[in-house]
Amino acid sequence: MAGFDKVVSSYEEALHGLTDNMTVIAGGFGLCGIAENLINEIKRRGTSGLTLVSNNCGVDDFGLGILLPKRQIKKIIASYVGENAEFERQMMAGELEVELTPQGTLAEKIRAGGAGIPAFYTATGVGTPVAEGKEERNFNGRDYILEEAIVGDFAIVKAWKADRYGNLIFRKTARNFNPLAATAGKITVVEVEEIVEVGELDPDQIHTPGIYVNRVIQGTFEKRIEQRTVRAKTPSTNNGEQ
Amino acid sequence: MALSREQIAQRVAQELKDGYYVNLGIGIPTLVANFVPNGIEVMLQSENGLLGMGEFPTDDEIDADLINAGKQTVTMATGASVFDSAESFAMIRGGHVDLTVLGAFEVDVQGNIASYMIPGKLIKGMGGAMDLVAGADNIIVTMTHASKHGVSKLLKQCSLPLTGKGCIKKVLTDLAYLEIKAGKFHLVERAPGVSVEEIIKLTEGELVINGDVPEMSF
Repeated sequence: MAGFDKVVSSYEEALHGLTDNMTVIAGGFGLCGIAENLINEIKRRGTSGLTLVSNNCGVDDFGLGILLPKRQIKKIIASYVGENAEFERQMMAGELEVELTPQGTLAEKIRAGGAGIPAFYTATGVGTPVAEGKEERNFNGRDYILEEAIVGDFAIVKAWKADRYGNLIFRKTARNFNPLAATAGKITVVEVEEIVEVGELDPDQIHTPGIYVNRVIQGTFEKRIEQRTVRAKTPSTNNGEQ
Repeated sequence: MALSREQIAQRVAQELKDGYYVNLGIGIPTLVANFVPNGIEVMLQSENGLLGMGEFPTDDEIDADLINAGKQTVTMATGASVFDSAESFAMIRGGHVDLTVLGAFEVDVQGNIASYMIPGKLIKGMGGAMDLVAGADNIIVTMTHASKHGVSKLLKQCSLPLTGKGCIKKVLTDLAYLEIKAGKFHLVERAPGVSVEEIIKLTEGELVINGDVPEMSF
């Protein structure tokens, strides 16, 4: 690597420096926009004792769920879990620590972490189990709780395109937590479908500026679908689902 | 007759107004999209980062990068936009969504809602529900009025851990449409063929009935 060139050529190099007991922030929502190959590499390395920060924890044989069988995850901070059997088993047996966090609070904790804001007040969770042990304060007649920011030793991110400087563009709802995660890793590693030359991305269209990104690698992706829902091909006037 | 899931959704849809941005939860709330009244435009927000959710894709339109908050493959309506999760919840928490519809296990006379956790059973998490109930002013809760065993879910005080405190003002059950005001349920409408007496019997929290309660019309 030279200058601002962030491109690395192997997954081993991409996660160089990841060691046991670190905190890893992972982008993705369900199985959409997850860093599949970086997760595979964490599995291969056998890194353990990890604290994972991710909206979900994958399924049994795909996504972050593949880190469960060898007990690589010590703790997960997530908003919605339990889409896989091994996760349930470890959680019920007390082998896996789970900190359930409201989705918007989780997003904001990561955003704040990346933006140098140590904590923020939110009305989300007031009067619920989420508020237990947290400072409460009233602003303009309404109660709020203090939530602390999250910073990761590593962030693993999936983007659509990057240039060699690590400027990123995401695609559709695969964006989700990825741009936030990218800002909040001490080392941010991004895998993408395509790496282009510097200057090829329109600066107006860049979602994440390269300053947040340390390493970029090009991968190939399975992009597994969790809930395949389709409609018949006949024209329909429905505005929504079903 | 108690309302079917579709009828509950159909009654909720009558509350939609032209130009509303709406977040629909998983389950019955999702069905509301099928009953948008003719002549009005609404835009559906999906908290994973999509404003302007369209219908399900055809087989050849399926895109793994385009899902809704229920992780189902969807399409984008004309005029849609996509954004990250912090932006999505800025919309929600900041009160920019005009109507939120979500399900619940219990609600009570104080406007408390319990919808995400039954202690002792598997805990899957609150997802975006706590942000949605804290951020929205206009929320409709859809639920069954009582359990299969006739135990009321409209309570003096929620027994399950709360999703939100004092945030619910409107409840649509399979038996009735109710508002919550000043620590009481107020019966606004009843399902066709359901008597006021039946609703009283299945409502544990204090229930106010003013004069003749009209039946819902569809």
